[in-house]
This record gives sequence, structure tokens and C-alpha cells, in this order.
Amino acid sequence: MNTMSLSKESIEKLQELKDKFPDRRTAILPALHVVYDQFGYVGDEQLKEAAEVVELPYVELAENASFYTMFPKKPVGKYFIQVCTNLSCALLGADSLVDYLLEKLNVKLGEITPDGLFTVVTVECLGSCGSAPMMQVNDEYHENLTRERVDELLEEFRREGTKKGGPPS
Amino acid sequence: MPEKILFKYIDEPGQDTIKVYMKNGGYTALPKVLKEYTPDQVTDIVKESGLRGRGGAGFPAGVKWSFVPKDSPKPKYLLINADESEPGTFKDRQLLERDPHQLIEGSIIAAYAVQAHTGFIYIRGEFGYGAKQLLRALSEAEEKNFLGKNILGSGYDLTIHLHRGGGAYICGEETALMESIEGRRGLSRVRPPYPAIVGLYGCPTVINNVETLSNVPHIINKGAEWFASMGTRKSTGTKIFSLSGQVKRPGNYELPMGISLRELIYEYGGGIFEDRELKAVIPGGSSTPILTPDKLDVKLDFESVVEAGSMLGSAGVIVMDETTCMVNVAWRLTRFYQHESCGKCTPCREGTYWMLKILERIENGKGESGDVELLLDICNYIEGYTVCPLGDAAVPAVRSTIEHFQEEYDYHIRNKTCMVKGKPVFK
Repeated sequence: MNTMSLSKESIEKLQELKDKFPDRRTAILPALHVVYDQFGYVGDEQLKEAAEVVELPYVELAENASFYTMFPKKPVGKYFIQVCTNLSCALLGADSLVDYLLEKLNVKLGEITPDGLFTVVTVECLGSCGSAPMMQVNDEYHENLTRERVDELLEEFRREGTKKGGPPS
Repeated sequence: MPEKILFKYIDEPGQDTIKVYMKNGGYTALPKVLKEYTPDQVTDIVKESGLRGRGGAGFPAGVKWSFVPKDSPKPKYLLINADESEPGTFKDRQLLERDPHQLIEGSIIAAYAVQAHTGFIYIRGEFGYGAKQLLRALSEAEEKNFLGKNILGSGYDLTIHLHRGGGAYICGEETALMESIEGRRGLSRVRPPYPAIVGLYGCPTVINNVETLSNVPHIINKGAEWFASMGTRKSTGTKIFSLSGQVKRPGNYELPMGISLRELIYEYGGGIFEDRELKAVIPGGSSTPILTPDKLDVKLDFESVVEAGSMLGSAGVIVMDETTCMVNVAWRLTRFYQHESCGKCTPCREGTYWMLKILERIENGKGESGDVELLLDICNYIEGYTVCPLGDAAVPAVRSTIEHFQEEYDYHIRNKTCMVKGKPVFK
């Protein structure tokens, strides 16, 4: 169960946030980022723990978490692939990029591959329209994608992800 | 090539570090301001330059600053809007990743002009690299005492926090952005009161876009007259145009205001992808009405684009070629607005939902006669009936595609299939 708890490092970050701003509530969104950075998702248990550290009601963290779409509420694959399918990316084939990924990984949208490595979702514009099509994997942007490049990336992720310890989430 | 202001050093390696930024003349405007000008003088210079907000609305920046009450006993705040999320727009990202000090210097000067001692850069949550760049740049600026207490011995104090968003388009709207910083769900506030009077934490607040503030050090260094000599009479300076879609050379282009759409697409953008025919252009981000090829000679400045029937907005220019289905475009953009509506105002929350349902059924070959009229009717009940501009922004994609391409809607409904053949494929 220890892996479900906030790390010492996260707790320190949260404590620092508590009195950093003119109003304590301003720490809420940064606190969600701390939780997300550690776990790769923002679940109720983690929010309860974080709420205690920043000394704010859990419900205030939860109402924010439910509003902001970039934080998954449940665990996702080690490599969380978010493909932009808004207009500029779609004009250069983003829909077929999604199909290609799903087929290659043999997974449905939003699900985790059996090896725990991948989740693919579609998202709205990520501000990378001039380098379409693109996808965000965890915290990184991958732009001007081609089939060849996607193949390379997936290969790389697989190699890294199956190493002991896995990638930084 | 026309003179560049913001992108002059953007490709120089190391421009993101304080060392190279200073070698290239950075942080010379700030000491000058602190030594030679009163806050009001700074505001006057920016007013005279004619600099207008680059976030989409085009409101004169100096005038905005002058609305902050000087006699208020409350603290004042500066908010730097880096929540760039308007589909088709990617200029602020480049500015803050590659030349963060230009933004920070402009922000410090703006904060001084309105006498704010606390600022927040609100950066969209997905810009992880941009956030890292800004954090590093902020600490570099602190080390040199461009930020912090008693900046360069002037007695002026300023702290700037970096605040990351959580993936909500609405938080780029100024009042929703303030709610978000205050730790609430990003629902827009009713205006008035305007942020200059009642903003963040109920205090006087100025909020400016990244590109707007990045211009400020240059205006101080080279003068209001120099800035106003570029562009057109009412839209001064340069503008970064984000060119995307089916064009040969997409990317950000810094050009004088008033350049023609034709020049941007054909000269700078190299023309249409695979030499196809141009069909339509969105000139100012997804919230602005589409323009058809007969409007290619429109000058890209705030006034001229309005005359042509659209808006300059964020200058996110999205190019669509002959293979594009306009019903699909309307569906895709409506899906975006439906997803991003904060849900506060019924016309926007319900209107975008119903427009999406109708567009989906037309797309899926289940459209009914009367659907087009119904869509236009919903547009009329959204526009002007919401607290913030998101409702208004959801209308143009639907209304302008119907206005210019109703035959495609009719064909879809009648034949249960698309009039345009071929879908974009990534290779």
C-alpha cells in the first residue's frame, strides 16, 4: 500500500505550497500537479492525503480535480499518449494517426495495454498546430509525426518501459 | 524580410538564457524604466505606441493599465496570460520556450507601471517544457535582482509566481483565469466590475497576453513612435501569425500588421499543401468566422479583417484545401466548444451540446431537413446571451460554414454522405 502514498518529496513540495500565495486556495491547482507528477493520475485517496498536507478541505481539491481535464482520475499506462484531433491536426491526418496507434498497440481508446505500458486518448488542441500531427506522451510533445516516427517512438518506449523501474512517469 | 521585433533572436542558441538575452540587449529597458520614468510615464509610452492586446480582443494595452485605480489601498496584481489554447494558435508557446526573458522583462515593466508587487504567469498545464523554461528564467532574473526586493536599488519590489493550469480552455478567459488562480473551478465571472477594479482576490488586476508583454521592452528601448511606425495606423507593430493546416510551410511568422492573407499563405507559407486548391481560411483562431478565397487580399489587421467579415483574433490562421468537408470542420470545432464550455451559462452549455448532436447526426448520414435552420436558430440563442465570450466563440464555426457552404450541408442531409471525397491521411 505504500506505493499509493505520497512520497516524502511530494509532501515537502505540498508543504512549501501551503503558505506560498496570498490565499491558501491558490495552492490547490499546484497541489494537483504535485499529485499528478508522482502518480500519473489524480485519485481520491491521493487527494485526501494532499488535502491534509495543505490543510484545505478534501472537497475543494476534488471539485477542482473534476474540472480540469488534463489529470486522469484513474491509473493510465506508463506511457500516456494524448493525440490532438482538433482542426489543424485533423487536416493533416490526426484521425488516422489515432487509428494507427490503436491498431499497433491493439488497444481501445482510453484503455491500458495488458503490459501496463500504454494508454491512448484523444485530446483537444495542444498548441502545436504548426507541427501537426502531434501527440503528447506524459510530459513531452512529439511533433510532425509520420508512421515511421511513431514506430520508432513506440519501440523506444517499449524498450525503456520494460527495463526495471520503468520510465519516469 | 520585414523587421522582426519579437523573433529577432528566437533561433539563436542560448537566447533562452539570461546571458545571451543580455548580450543581445536584454534587460536594458528595465533599468531605464526604473531610473528615468514614473509608472504613469511608462503607461503613457505604451499608450502612444498603440500596442493592442495580442490575446484576441485587441484592446489597447496602455489604456487597460490606466484603468487601475491609483488611490486604491488594496494590493494590485499583474496576470500574464500564457494559457494559449485557441485552436490554431501556437505563438506564445514559442515565445515563452525560446525567449522567456523577453516576456519576463516586459512583465516587470508592466507590473511597475500599475504598481503591482505580485504577478502570476498562468501557463497552460500541458506546456511542461515551457513551465520549466520559465521557472529557470525567473530564478535567473531573481539572481540578478531584476525580480525580488528593491529591484536594482529602485525601492520597487516584485514577485512573479508561475502557475500551471489544468487543461481547461476557458481559463484563458480573464475572469475564469482569476477563479482558477483562486482555487476554484474556472467559471467566468459577470463583468462589470472589470478586473482593473475588482480582479484577483477582489483587487485591481491587469491581465495581458504573452505576446503583448513581450513587445514592451522594445517599445521602451526604441520609443512609441518607432513602434507606431510599423503596421497600420490603428493596428501598430508586428504580429505573430500562426499558420497551420493544409499549407506547405506551416509555422509562426512575425510580420507587420496589415500584411495580406495572400502573402502570408502563398509567400511565407509556400502555398497550399500538395498544390491543391484553397477552399477556406480561418484567420484568427477557431473562434473566428471562415473566409473564402475571394477574400485573400484582406489585410491582416484588426480593422480590415472585421470589414472582410471575420476577426483577427489570436491570428491563428488555419488553411483548408478543396478536400476539406466543411460539415466535418463545424462538427469538430463544435465538439471542442462543447467540451470546453464551463457550464455556467445555459445557452452555451446546452446550445453547444445540441449543435453537436445535430452536427453528429448530419455527419453520420442521419441528418433531417430543417437541421440547418435549427442550427442557425441555436446560434442566435447563444450569441450575446452568455457571461463570457466562449458562447459567442462557438457560433462562427457553425454559422459561417453554413453561410458559405450550405450546399455541403444539404448534400450531406440528402445523400447521407459527404460531398467531398477523401479524408486526410497521415503517412
